[in-house]
Amino acid sequence: MTAPPAVLTVDEPAVAVAATGSARRRGWPAWLVRIGSVAAVVALWQVLTANHVRLWLRFDTLPTVTEIASAFARRVATEDYWLDLGQSLIRILTGFALAAVVGVVTGIMLGRSPKAANVFGPIVELARPIPAIAIVPVAILLFPTDEAGIVFITFLAAYFPIMVSTRHAVRALPTLWEDSVRTLGGNRWDVLVRVVLPGILPGVFGGLSVGIGVAWICVISAEMISGRLGVGYRTWQAYTVLAYPEVFVGIITIGVLGFVTSAAVELIGRRVTGWLPRGQGANR
Amino acid sequence: MTGEGMSLTLRDVVLSYGGAPVVDGLHLDVRPGEILVLTGPSGCGKSTVLRALAGLLTPDRGDLLADGAPIVTTSRDRAMVFQDNALLPWRTVQSNVELALKLAGRPRNGRREEALRWISDVGLTGFERYLPKSLSGGMRQRVQLARGLAGAPRAVMMDEPFGALDTQTRSTMQRLLIDTWRAHPTTVVFVTHDVDEALLLGDRIAVLGRAGQPLRAVLEVPSPRNPDLSRSALRAEAISALNDSDLVS
Repeated sequence: MTAPPAVLTVDEPAVAVAATGSARRRGWPAWLVRIGSVAAVVALWQVLTANHVRLWLRFDTLPTVTEIASAFARRVATEDYWLDLGQSLIRILTGFALAAVVGVVTGIMLGRSPKAANVFGPIVELARPIPAIAIVPVAILLFPTDEAGIVFITFLAAYFPIMVSTRHAVRALPTLWEDSVRTLGGNRWDVLVRVVLPGILPGVFGGLSVGIGVAWICVISAEMISGRLGVGYRTWQAYTVLAYPEVFVGIITIGVLGFVTSAAVELIGRRVTGWLPRGQGANR
Repeated sequence: MTGEGMSLTLRDVVLSYGGAPVVDGLHLDVRPGEILVLTGPSGCGKSTVLRALAGLLTPDRGDLLADGAPIVTTSRDRAMVFQDNALLPWRTVQSNVELALKLAGRPRNGRREEALRWISDVGLTGFERYLPKSLSGGMRQRVQLARGLAGAPRAVMMDEPFGALDTQTRSTMQRLLIDTWRAHPTTVVFVTHDVDEALLLGDRIAVLGRAGQPLRAVLEVPSPRNPDLSRSALRAEAISALNDSDLVS
């Protein structure tokens, strides 16, 4: 190599450093507002139920926050609670992981191959509008065990949002990125691995985020219908014996599990798509 | 480093865009190692010709040849630098340049050092770990230039790479291109709307007619390159060749 050319002026980076003093808003910290909003709802619940408020809605029939808290304390001390929780988590993680792999692979196939879109597209579009929970009777017949059936329902629920988001992300990829890699000597495999897979991650994580929520709805519903263990099964069992505080223990447990898993997906998504241009406040 | 430039030939080439022919029966020879500037009115098919030479587009008719062999697909020998930001946004500056070296078949050993050399050549030392989103337009084009040339292609197609830059950055990039081309000789086909840019960069200037019309002129630019050409008779000749175009000079 001959001598490098003279280094000329270098422009300043276009992106400013994240938060400047002037950009910070005055007021309470975001975390405090978030916790405060949840606390306000809990307090309102206590007021309405403890005072047996009966407007059009009948709060006098529901357990108070303190009753639910007592039931919660009793339940978490039992082995059953943790067995149920573990069982539900195993089911959702298995179904969701399968849906993530199959959804991304088929989404890429349908997005990139007109042949695959012609062959499988109509089947997928016909099956997509069917609520996964409506397939429970079929799953009971189809699978040798209830366990496999519940995992299948969870898989099905998460699969469609993931597949559809992936397919859209593949179709929306700028052709410029693919062209640039091809003109550098990249082949189809290079384009798939170095352009398509990283490029669709924002879309994929959008699908995963929706998918995990839908998967929780379906795993709990399937457990209520045909489970032997699990948070959904236990919640339904509590309802059948009119143990309403325990019903709320189940509901709250489902809410917390859903929140934690969704937050995990969201967090991982943010980590792996850090290259996306984001406005101020988007990372909070 | 870079091998000698390759010759590129278009023989009676017909190229379409959206079903309508934009280039009809084009004959053009690009000499090995020269900078040929393609200019002409908007929509005359400059970028389409460039994409075809890069192997991204198949002609409806005619022959596209690289060193006498038909161009049937893309090749590491014919890189392309785009006007828009074609850097992979999830890769850092260094990683984008290293990708070109990897795809060019360079062994893992030494790839990093070579990438750093290229980054230094385009004046971006210190920005190796920056993502494209954190760079200005001019800096991104520097990275594109480094990435396009790093794989030692024997021809580089440049599609208005400085078109979106401000005057000062553009002037800097033009000098950088000439310096880099001198250090790493290769054939360059450069598309621009700007007559002064064409006169500054080109060994020859090919003026395309409106869509579907024949090549209007091929002008030889005297060597060495001289910014005063912007006031020369050649400039008038180039503008004359574009007399009924919408060229902005």
